[in-house]
Amino acid sequence: MSDYNFAYLDEQTKQMIRRAILKGLAIPGYQVPFASREMPMPYGWGTGGVQVSAATLTPDDTMKVIDQGADDTTNAVSIRKFFEKTAGVATTEATAEASVIQTRHRIPEETLREDQILVYQVPIPEPLRFLEPSEVETRKMHSLEEYGLMHVKLYEDIARHGAIATAYAYPVKVEGRYVMDPSPIPKFDNPKLEMAAIQLFGAGREQRIYAVPPYTQVVSLDFEDFPFEASKADHPCDLCGAEDSYLDEVIMDDAGTRMFVCSDTDYCAGRRAAGHVGAQGVSTQEEDAA
Amino acid sequence: MNADVLKGGFADAPVDAAHAFRAAMNVMARPGVIEEVAGAVPPAPMSVAAGVLLLTLCDPETPIALCGAHDCADVREWIAFHIGAPVVAPQKAMFVVGTWCAVQPLEVYAIGTAEYPDRSATVIVEMDALAAEGAVLRGPGIKTQAALSLPEVAAFQRNAVLFPLGLDFFFCAGSRLAALPRTTRVEAF
Repeated sequence: MSDYNFAYLDEQTKQMIRRAILKGLAIPGYQVPFASREMPMPYGWGTGGVQVSAATLTPDDTMKVIDQGADDTTNAVSIRKFFEKTAGVATTEATAEASVIQTRHRIPEETLREDQILVYQVPIPEPLRFLEPSEVETRKMHSLEEYGLMHVKLYEDIARHGAIATAYAYPVKVEGRYVMDPSPIPKFDNPKLEMAAIQLFGAGREQRIYAVPPYTQVVSLDFEDFPFEASKADHPCDLCGAEDSYLDEVIMDDAGTRMFVCSDTDYCAGRRAAGHVGAQGVSTQEEDAA
Repeated sequence: MNADVLKGGFADAPVDAAHAFRAAMNVMARPGVIEEVAGAVPPAPMSVAAGVLLLTLCDPETPIALCGAHDCADVREWIAFHIGAPVVAPQKAMFVVGTWCAVQPLEVYAIGTAEYPDRSATVIVEMDALAAEGAVLRGPGIKTQAALSLPEVAAFQRNAVLFPLGLDFFFCAGSRLAALPRTTRVEAF
């Protein structure tokens, strides 16, 4: 018996969040205001995602939490422990075994299935916020479908850098209507936003919930002569040799030696267990023997 | 007051509501999918599925409109005891419950505003039966196409034209539940 109500939040709060999630799914990409609660962790640590997960979890779920693709970072570990304690759910690091995945800034490499739910932690849900600070104005812009300013921003990227330099939180248009911030995922992940799983986005400090139903059209904004490109470091993973995964660049010493490794730790570990070895890696069998 | 209205709520509210919400979310995210729900026993003529939806989504802050035969003392008292939601006139409702005939005309319900399209009513339609056949559905949540035994087609086509404004529908038959958000494009079979 836990000392907490199931999944921490009280029932009326969950009802309010659940109504917001349903309206979010009915209006893909539109940011539904909700009465975000104080959570026992600071804003910026995923309080929006945590509240959405709390309203979504059932006791039968298996939960995975990742932070920049990794299961073993502080943010991921503490949120996973939070739900182990307050909801009593099973947890896993394996993408394929999870029914609910809460993520900060990545989409797992492994293709998600229809029976999975992906919950994003969102810092700034409003894609137009850095172009127009007023909420009154950005709300009006969304209602009028006035997204010219966003294209001007991308154009200025091209004028200054010769290419669209926006590398993360790359704006998308959902189902031909709302421009949406996919949270600060690398633009490498943008094509994966059209998936079989339900995607829910929670922004705790900004008090917004939005959603993308399965198989919904999600188009990264671009120009005919400067088409969108899902880029990554031009390098294979040094541990598992994967050429198709998003990579983190790690500085190894004071001389500036670098190493590129998969940001998705579960994907990398799975490949190494299957015998793939990168340029600086050792096979997991050898590692176990040592 | 009829003592029976005190019964029929969730036995274990946090867990029953969690399972019910997952079913409700799944049908709203995937129009045409039919799910089974359980846990509520509302008074007649309300179905189990409609009762489960109200217990899962409604609270004292969500005005409900009861249409036709659903606007009876037993249902009003059951809602008052288990949910505490005010029962209001159709134009003020966030949730509407009734048979397809009883919830007409749809034009009176809130469809949201250009700046807040989420401030629209959710209509819970009681049906005799639900089957994955009939009207053809396309749109978000549907891989290619789906089918659902909708009560009619024209009303949902008119609703979809209003996007991003519009109504969202749940359909209940006994313990079976399906949904149709405003984004779904409906064609006659």
